[in-house]
Amino acid sequence: MSSAISLSAIGLVVAATIGIGLFGLRISRTTSDFYVASRAVSPRWNASAISGEYLSAASFLGVAGLVLVNGADMLWFSVGYTVGYLMLLVLVAAPLRRSGAYTLPDFAETRFESPLVRRICAGLVVGIGTLYLLPQLHGAGLAVQTVTGAPPQVGAMIVAVIVVINVAAGGMRSITFVQAFQYWLKLTALAAPIFVILLAWHQPTGVLDSLHGAAAEWAEPLSRAGGRDHPLYATYSLLLALCFGTMGLPHVLVRFYTNPDGRAARRTTVVVLALLGLFYLFPPMYAVLGRTFAPDLVASGGDTVVLELPGRVFPGTAGDLLGALVAAGAFAAFLSTSSGLTVAIAGVIDQDLLRSRLREWTGGDYVAVNSFRIAALIAMVVPYLAFTVTGALSLADTVGLAFALAASTFCPLLVLGIWWRRMSTTGAAAGLVVGGIAASAAALINVAGAPQGGWPRALVGQPAAWTMPLAFITVIVVSKLTPDRIPAGTARSMVRLHTPEAVDVDRGLPPR
Amino acid sequence: MFARRRKHFGTPADKATYATLHTASLASPHLREGLTPAAAGKASRHLRDLLGTAAIAICDSSGVLAWDGVGGAYESNHRRDAKDLAAPTLRSGRTAVLGAHDVACGDPQCPIRTAVVAPIVTEERVVAVLVAYSNNTSAALVRATEEVARWVSGQVELAELNKERTRAMEAELRALRAQISPHFIYNALAAIASFVRTDPERARELLLEFADFSRYALRRGGEFTTLADELRNVERYLVLEQARFGDRLKVSLQIAPEVLPVVIPFLVVQPLVENAVRHGLEAGAGSITIRARDRINEAEISVEDDGAGSDPEVIRAALSGETGSDSVGLGNVDARLRQVYGDTYGLVVETALEAGTKVTFRIPKYSSGVHASP
Repeated sequence: MSSAISLSAIGLVVAATIGIGLFGLRISRTTSDFYVASRAVSPRWNASAISGEYLSAASFLGVAGLVLVNGADMLWFSVGYTVGYLMLLVLVAAPLRRSGAYTLPDFAETRFESPLVRRICAGLVVGIGTLYLLPQLHGAGLAVQTVTGAPPQVGAMIVAVIVVINVAAGGMRSITFVQAFQYWLKLTALAAPIFVILLAWHQPTGVLDSLHGAAAEWAEPLSRAGGRDHPLYATYSLLLALCFGTMGLPHVLVRFYTNPDGRAARRTTVVVLALLGLFYLFPPMYAVLGRTFAPDLVASGGDTVVLELPGRVFPGTAGDLLGALVAAGAFAAFLSTSSGLTVAIAGVIDQDLLRSRLREWTGGDYVAVNSFRIAALIAMVVPYLAFTVTGALSLADTVGLAFALAASTFCPLLVLGIWWRRMSTTGAAAGLVVGGIAASAAALINVAGAPQGGWPRALVGQPAAWTMPLAFITVIVVSKLTPDRIPAGTARSMVRLHTPEAVDVDRGLPPR
Repeated sequence: MFARRRKHFGTPADKATYATLHTASLASPHLREGLTPAAAGKASRHLRDLLGTAAIAICDSSGVLAWDGVGGAYESNHRRDAKDLAAPTLRSGRTAVLGAHDVACGDPQCPIRTAVVAPIVTEERVVAVLVAYSNNTSAALVRATEEVARWVSGQVELAELNKERTRAMEAELRALRAQISPHFIYNALAAIASFVRTDPERARELLLEFADFSRYALRRGGEFTTLADELRNVERYLVLEQARFGDRLKVSLQIAPEVLPVVIPFLVVQPLVENAVRHGLEAGAGSITIRARDRINEAEISVEDDGAGSDPEVIRAALSGETGSDSVGLGNVDARLRQVYGDTYGLVVETALEAGTKVTFRIPKYSSGVHASP
């Protein structure tokens, strides 16, 4: 019964996703209503879309699971996921928009005038995207397993196939309104059940009792609950990764392009902060209630607590319905984040890696659309294969590694590239390579099976605290050593990045 | 690729040919930038490889543009004299062979004792000379130097042609801006005049639209604009055309808001719309659809009319730049798009007689060339 309702809810979300994707939503006006051109995407819509695409399986399921198992320290995940946008706002949002770049490789090219740096960036986008897609597939597997008992490969396969079909068929590419709708769907799916549970729950003392006594350690900060060593280091490292990794996520930057100017980019980011802050109120509630109603889930890793909690509190139809709502929201999370990521990765694969080869092999006789379709397939097949061969890390941990990789590569590139005029092309390349190798080595060790306990596990499990400074130092030292490789157009780039659009200067950009 | 295949192609003579061609191909991209000191400097290394001499210099009437070969005191000595060695050839255009008497610097260790000075000629004018220094000039070296100088002349001439072509493109862009106006300005003003008595308020609004339109279309500087601005101007244009045609002209705009910030060349949509209005209304009444869609890395823009359509051959002629066609705007837009974004980004025209016309083009959301210069 329960699974039938949940399955039909998931089916509904899937059908809606495909339907909206295929038929699309476009502003359409006839003569009576001109001035379409002034209707740029407003910061509010754009922010909803960014949030909708950003809130992934890790946010929807993973954070609650981590808090349930590992205790109060994991609340930093929800803080960090949000604060990343503060860093984005303060350091890069407006200059990045003014650069005119659509993808991170574009920014690298426009700032450093180097095909080599561009190519390294393209590789890193694929790497970060793959690492971020992995937990989405994992989450989909878990959701389907929880609802029906089918093996995890089934759910992952469903998401992979739907996303590839949808992206390759040209649907759901980046329609702002669709992704904005996803945010509100996810928020409703997560918030509505928790309010019902809180309202219907007649023992106000029960929850707090369960946090005292034997479980008191769980509610304490830096408590090593869940067997994590060196909690202080791990917490700071995690915060660094989340704060500085957000700016390097491929699917986030692509949306900033939709803002008409740098000012709108800043406003969008502020709204994103508010929307994310609202959303992240709820996962910890699931964790606290889960501690009372579903303590057995601690042993299994906890990632399913959001899906199972409604059923535990309300055995019967009410629980089934709420559970179905949560499952549908979770699937919306997998689909929207995976689609956004796949579009971003496929775009880069298509543009930087595939198209020139295809032209070579086919002698120019190819269609651009097909090139993108092949790229979309590659963008999803690689993480799917990785998913089937790797062990199951917890959702939020894998996402943490993707953030660490972004923080160790694109963060130095963006922050120093925007704010330091003596950064050289060689320095940029060296920083990307060193940070990329260090962080992806840590990620690979984790995915292949992390070392048990002690400092090695802490350093490899949360690498950002050493890989990010390493990358920054590399960029600075190498740039100092190679002052002759500072791009010739640096001064012009800086003017373009930092002058507000309203100021009338020659910025070598198309005048507005 | 080259290295792998080399062993399959046998004889030493073949290998020498390949090596020579390869070296020449390394030098040519630099020479295509024209004879600037930077470009000449980069090319001279490969030119010396071709000749195998102790040193070479490229000089024009202002002095030494580039030097490659022996350095130190030898270089500074001979660099100083190079201008005098080059002068006669620069004047006469004839190859000169100079012996130790003219060239040697007196230092017995110096590998430079003789020189061959060959002219680099473009459009029958000696623009520079190639000086090959060695310690012993042979007839073969003279011949080789002359041949290399001739090859360099060809490359420099290509560079000149390239510049010419860019200038022609710029002139064409200027011409297009001026060209949108005549018919349209006359017709628009006539239409506005017809409202002055019957509906002065409307006439005033139309005049303001017209003022905004001309400010945009006649502005100076700036080769690029955003799709939002271009579409806004297209809307002004359509308001003015509707004042003239009334209900006979139906317009529908379907614009994905995501592509509004895309940077596009100035005035590429407007001529297509003007074309569509003209062709679409030939039969009396018609409708026009303007679409802008998001295609991931690109924006796709199309202008469609349901008018009389055209013979594909006529369109082909217009796109290939033959004059006399009434679709001059199409050829111009096509040429500018290809110039900015490369040959894969031209106009795609779907049309047949009695079947309407649809013109589509794509714009990459980011293109490095677009940022290079205003």
